[in-house]
Amino acid sequence: MTPLSIRHLSVFYGERPALEDVSWEVPAGLTAIIGPNGAGKSTLLKAALGLIGHQGEARFFGTTLDAARARVGYLPQRASVDWDFPASALDVVSMARTPRTRWWGRLPRRERDAARAALAEVGLDALADRPIGQLSGGQQQRVFLARCLAQEADLLLMDEPLAAVDAATEREIIRVLQKLVQAGKSIVAVHHDLASVPHIFQHALMLNGRVIAAGTVAEVFTPAMIVDTYGPGLSDDGLAA
Amino acid sequence: MISHNTLVVVLGCAALGVASGAVGCFALLRGRALLADAMGHAALPGVVGAALLGAWWGTDPRALPPLLLGGAVAGTLGLWAVHALAATGRIRQDAAIGVVLASFYALGVVGLSVIQAMPAGAQAGLSHFILGQAATMRTQDAWAAGGLALVSVAATVALFPRLRALCFDAEFAALQGLNIRRTDAALMGLILLVCIAGLPAVGLVLVVALLVLPAATARMLNHRLPGMLATSCAVGGTAGVLGALISAGHQGWPTGAAVVLVGMAFFVAALLVRREA
Amino acid sequence: MTQFLQLDFAPLLCAILAGATCGLLGSFLVLRREALLGDAITHAVLPGIVLGFAVTGARAGLPMLLGAGAAALLAAWLISHLRRVARLEGGAATGIVFTSFFAAGLVLLETSGARSVDLDVDCVLFGQMETLLWPQAMGPGALLDPVALGGLPPAVFLLAGVGAAIALAVALLWQPLKLLCFDADFAQSLGLRVRWLDMALHLMLAAAAVAAFEAVGSILVVALLVAPAAAMRLITNRYTPQVLGGAALGAAVAALGYGLAGPLPAALGSGHAVSAAGMIGVLSGLVVAGAAMAGRWRHG
Repeated sequence: MTPLSIRHLSVFYGERPALEDVSWEVPAGLTAIIGPNGAGKSTLLKAALGLIGHQGEARFFGTTLDAARARVGYLPQRASVDWDFPASALDVVSMARTPRTRWWGRLPRRERDAARAALAEVGLDALADRPIGQLSGGQQQRVFLARCLAQEADLLLMDEPLAAVDAATEREIIRVLQKLVQAGKSIVAVHHDLASVPHIFQHALMLNGRVIAAGTVAEVFTPAMIVDTYGPGLSDDGLAA
Repeated sequence: MISHNTLVVVLGCAALGVASGAVGCFALLRGRALLADAMGHAALPGVVGAALLGAWWGTDPRALPPLLLGGAVAGTLGLWAVHALAATGRIRQDAAIGVVLASFYALGVVGLSVIQAMPAGAQAGLSHFILGQAATMRTQDAWAAGGLALVSVAATVALFPRLRALCFDAEFAALQGLNIRRTDAALMGLILLVCIAGLPAVGLVLVVALLVLPAATARMLNHRLPGMLATSCAVGGTAGVLGALISAGHQGWPTGAAVVLVGMAFFVAALLVRREA
Repeated sequence: MTQFLQLDFAPLLCAILAGATCGLLGSFLVLRREALLGDAITHAVLPGIVLGFAVTGARAGLPMLLGAGAAALLAAWLISHLRRVARLEGGAATGIVFTSFFAAGLVLLETSGARSVDLDVDCVLFGQMETLLWPQAMGPGALLDPVALGGLPPAVFLLAGVGAAIALAVALLWQPLKLLCFDADFAQSLGLRVRWLDMALHLMLAAAAVAAFEAVGSILVVALLVAPAAAMRLITNRYTPQVLGGAALGAAVAALGYGLAGPLPAALGSGHAVSAAGMIGVLSGLVVAGAAMAGRWRHG
């Protein structure tokens, strides 16, 4: 069953189209969404998740989002939240368990243990009770990743999981992603660093307001397609490396 | 027929509307509209304090200039308090505005209750500063408020190029050599001036609307700043005049409420017109 | 004792209930960076209150709550609508909507005949805490006497009912509210009905604003909503102390402010009582200032 199938999806900001008629079948495995700034990469994830108004539809595992909700995880951009919020790392990860449990009072021990296990998975169990504002940027990103893990979803939509993290954090996050894929999960990640695409991802969607190309990295991540996506004059953007 | 006093008061309200229309454009474009709300409320303890001092010294407690001066001092303190709280990094500006406007206002309320216990009607008319009552303004008060308003119009015109650069792209303007801090401070000073001038006629609760409504109306009808500025001044002036006349004609309508409702009517009309277009 | 029960018991109780209820809700506003929505809703409920009053001709709880709830939802909807349609930034849209609602409320108050000894502009601006008397209290026994308790001012029952309902709602929605405040997008991706949660929060704010309105007036409600939460924000970075501490601090500020305004000067032999609502507002501002200075001192 295709994890996510997007049909004729369009998003308009006022009169201006941000995404036009995107149709895309997300394959199993690790997939990158690539495109220049303003190409609508985050918008595509948000529209598929119903976070912003759109035309067209997105079907998850052959059914509606509401029916498949428990199988779909989301990792927003780190900058989208207030990291000064009064919460510990464990609090943030626990939030992923809210739909599985009662709403009132403290989270049951079983759920907190699950959240703690997710933190351990990203190597942060020692910092579980640390206020999130006192974590480094890389640690904050790993907390977000742990929250995404704690959803125990089969499809993970990630908005720039590797943005602005140090090299060690990046290696750690990639290790976790690859482990998830080996366990049969599917991951779609918005990605900025073109040079690292072939080393991390199996599939890619080239996006610039519309679909430029989609397929395995070997098929679509070619110089010609990259020029089609980003326009000419990209040669000194680190691609040569 | 309209008496001399009413005429002067209406003219004063017109000047006030024009001034708030002009300053409001830049306050809106720079995202400073609600700081005016904080300053307006924060002025109350200053007004009341000035009245208390006046009562002690035995000067005329109703003389407007000292009251407005007190309001300006307290409004500046309130603005400083908003900045100081926001500078902690833990409280955002919106929460800082809420804390400052409510607690300064509260201090004013305490002061009013103190004055009420004093003899000699020292508090007479002070509560009009909250909701505004143009009809009770004396001729010399209207001259004072209107004069302040005209000063702020003149200053806005003089600073027009700098304010425009500040609101359009502050970073670029800074690269061009504009002193952002000083220009922002000048804008805040102008907002304060309009708020203070508006206190006797419109009142501190609603003075923020006088800054926002004409500017927002004008913004919808114009694509360029000079046109926006002219429209905003016209809408503000008209709202000031109509509001003053309506409140003079209907016993008990606070002028602030009347001015705001007239301004609101302009705003809604502009919304509809733009939707047609 | 009898004198305390007759003169001070009801207003003190009202102040504490209002402080606790508003302090509890305030954290959600401050954490969502929507403190000004509290300002907006407390002003915007005025036409709803006046209409509810005009319909029934008396200061009855339910019609005023319904009117205020409707006004609050309409105001919140208009603010978000104006931001989109007129492309105004949040502050300006808020300023336009709440001043218009408040102005309409003032005019309604003057023209609808709602104006009376019970509801006038002074009550809106300053509250009426000093008028909440309990003449039936003939001694400490009145606290246990159902007949005497029935003679408490209606404001006490309104505040107690609204406060209990809000406390219950916050407890039942504890986890979703936390999620909403931290990361609304993520909450929605989990399937939480963010829009319904927002609406519930707005309705609770409106109810708190109406109930506290009689005690402290509609402007000083803002102090109780924002100040305790802002002070807690400066001294804790844990969620539960933030929310529950806000409620406790609100109640403490209200009680202390009331004491400083009337009974304390009287006990010291001065006949001059000052506005209790004002004193509570001043104190809440001082608490925030104190917390800011303490935080600065602690962090060097």
